[in-house]
Amino acid sequence: MNEENPSVETYIVVFVALLILAALTTGIAYINLGTLNTVVALAIAAVKMSLVGLFFMHLWYSRGLTRIVVLAGFFWLALMVLFTLADVFSRSWIKPPGP
Amino acid sequence: MMRLHLIEPAGALVQPETYNKLFTMHGVVMVFFFLIPSIPATLGNFLVPMMIGARDLAFPRLNLLSWYVYITGAAFTLYALISGGVDTGWTFYTPLSSHYLNTHVITTALGVFITGFSSILTGLNFIVTIHKMRAPGMTWKRMPLFLWSIYAASVIFVLATPVLAIALFLVGLERIFHVGIFDPAIGGDPVLFQHLFWFYSHPAVYIMILPGMGVVSELVTCFSKKKPFGYIFIAYSSLAIAVFSFLVWGHHLFVSSQSVYAGFISSALSFAVAIPSAIKVFNWTATFYKGSISYQAPMLYALGFIGLFTMGGLTGLFLASLATGVHLHDTYFVIAHFHYIMVGGAVMAYLGGIHFWWPKITGRLYHDGWARFAALVIFVGFNLTFFPQYMLGYLGMPRRYAVYPAEFQVLDVMSSAGASHTRRRLLDSIRLSSLVRPLWTRSRIESLERERPGMGDAIAASHR
Amino acid sequence: MSESAASSPLAAPSARHLSPALHHQFEDIEQQRDAGNFGMWVFLATEMLFFGGVFTGYIMYRSLYYPGFAAGSHGLEVNLGAAMTFVLLASSFTMAMAVHAARAGRRGMLLGLLFATILLGIAFLGMKFTEYSHKWHEQMVPGLNFHPSLTELRGAPEHAVELFLCFYFFMTGLHALHMIIGIGLLSVMAILAWRGRISCEHYNRVEVSGLYWHFVDIIWIYLFPLLYLIGGRYK
Repeated sequence: MNEENPSVETYIVVFVALLILAALTTGIAYINLGTLNTVVALAIAAVKMSLVGLFFMHLWYSRGLTRIVVLAGFFWLALMVLFTLADVFSRSWIKPPGP
Repeated sequence: MMRLHLIEPAGALVQPETYNKLFTMHGVVMVFFFLIPSIPATLGNFLVPMMIGARDLAFPRLNLLSWYVYITGAAFTLYALISGGVDTGWTFYTPLSSHYLNTHVITTALGVFITGFSSILTGLNFIVTIHKMRAPGMTWKRMPLFLWSIYAASVIFVLATPVLAIALFLVGLERIFHVGIFDPAIGGDPVLFQHLFWFYSHPAVYIMILPGMGVVSELVTCFSKKKPFGYIFIAYSSLAIAVFSFLVWGHHLFVSSQSVYAGFISSALSFAVAIPSAIKVFNWTATFYKGSISYQAPMLYALGFIGLFTMGGLTGLFLASLATGVHLHDTYFVIAHFHYIMVGGAVMAYLGGIHFWWPKITGRLYHDGWARFAALVIFVGFNLTFFPQYMLGYLGMPRRYAVYPAEFQVLDVMSSAGASHTRRRLLDSIRLSSLVRPLWTRSRIESLERERPGMGDAIAASHR
Repeated sequence: MSESAASSPLAAPSARHLSPALHHQFEDIEQQRDAGNFGMWVFLATEMLFFGGVFTGYIMYRSLYYPGFAAGSHGLEVNLGAAMTFVLLASSFTMAMAVHAARAGRRGMLLGLLFATILLGIAFLGMKFTEYSHKWHEQMVPGLNFHPSLTELRGAPEHAVELFLCFYFFMTGLHALHMIIGIGLLSVMAILAWRGRISCEHYNRVEVSGLYWHFVDIIWIYLFPLLYLIGGRYK
């Protein structure tokens, strides 16, 4: 499948972008943004993950089935995290009967 | 052993500590080393390539690795068994398993962890094979129903088993370092282990039953000599079961200090997960209608499955409903419920499948008369063993207890009678003889047609 | 549905492009490569769930014990962490280029890039080991050697800091284990490449190893902010 092969230029551009983003993450940590620090850090991490996934791992050029597998993995992970957290955080909403 | 011990209210056979080890090892071996791998490994590996028209599975050497990994895991568990056993229950709850016990938790957990990889690789193999290696013209909607079930089970294998692996891994780390993320001393939550464990173990029970349902779909079709009624419904209900099964693990945590709201949602979703299973049962029943039914051994097993699985499934609703579930939790009702599904369901399907495909696998024929007798004996013995347990549980007898109040003795003895050694030995020997007998006679598929008209056609038709 | 390949029209030699690299169960090299990639992606999905278990615990406890987690995080060495991030990203780049070289059939380039990736991986592990030994000397290893000083606690409860460090060691340890496996895998690829067993037709093994390596990199991409940058580093 010849279309699945990014060029060397693409790889280099993505790599440079990744380095910039990594520097950005580290740098922004030294600036006081309050709660936004975490949000920004995770957002940058998500972008880096997407770059690695789409270009280094060829997802940009892959067919739908492969992408579904990736999405399924994320979705199931989200399921596990959300349901567990839902339990932990709703425990205090209602107290069991008793003294 | 356990049933013999429970003939007496004060325990007849073993020390309580030993009893704990017995039920733990029984659970570990049955769940991880028999029910999970049985149909996928024995029938799946054989039938999947055949049914889609491929030469072999996608990764045959990975398949072999899967077997070696299974043996390695089994070796660790066997070692744990021999050197004194574990007594946490097959569920390895923390902090008992991570902190307070000095039995072979790590060895057993390691054995199960390793075997988990065997499952993952098998599931992976099936998924890739079914997606990528179907013969030209073999569309999804032309596949035998067995494949849909195997596919759904493989999806669960792949997505759920890693979570069991990490849960056991973390318990192991906590035992080794004497501190960990489930440790209340540093603010950890033991219930987190239960979340991770049951995130796997609930879908796992669907791994155990889905391939069995696939087998039953094949058997029902073959022995009614009809196309399956509602093929697309049976196919999609397998996928629905696979997806829904991941949403309901909270129903194992009703009394664990989980929030009431989480229990609420789990309860509602647990009712929903019964629907696809019911759809299957209705479609199988509709397949029988106006079919030309023949009652060979595999069909008897299939019929046993449908009846007993339905009973087990319906009692699951008692447990899913929050109000009754809290009372029935950790009683014999639960034990009866899952044995009805696992033995009455999965094991029956497994035996039916083994009998059905035995001639194809070995080229030999078994004696159907004996096989039918064995099926009936198993059916009766099974019901005698586990039906009283429903009543025991409803009356309040707790599970995993080596002693019990005297008022429960009658039902316990009945249950033990059903499970008694002689009976088991009898039906085991019958089963063995029904399978071993054909080693004398080297009949082949062609002669099948002579001995049992229509059977050869039926087997051929089932493989389309 | 007979198993014998001879009777199946699909097995007729003229209908299949027979290559020595083609395994018997596949129709052609393209299907083999496709199946190989798909299989590795399915495996990576399992890895997502595997790491996901610890991530679930992490998210839960970070919400419950934020001050302790922030305090513990401040005790980690950001410079080393950032350096490790750069090293891993570079190794991902060399890996992607290695796959490119394999596909082009350029053995020399492939070998060089595989070695580069392995070296960068070893560098990463070296830095991780340095970090662990620093933690040991600071007596901040839960379970084995945990005696934090008041400055290290930064006002947070001791148990929460200990819990954070449990996660730090478990998550980075698990990650390091996967790196070691990855380095082993790449070493095998290097040996195969040396022996000329990787060609422009039969390079899927390198491609699949690359997928695994990139995945391990992605895990670190998340571990870095989640472990090292909690609450920012402005003091």
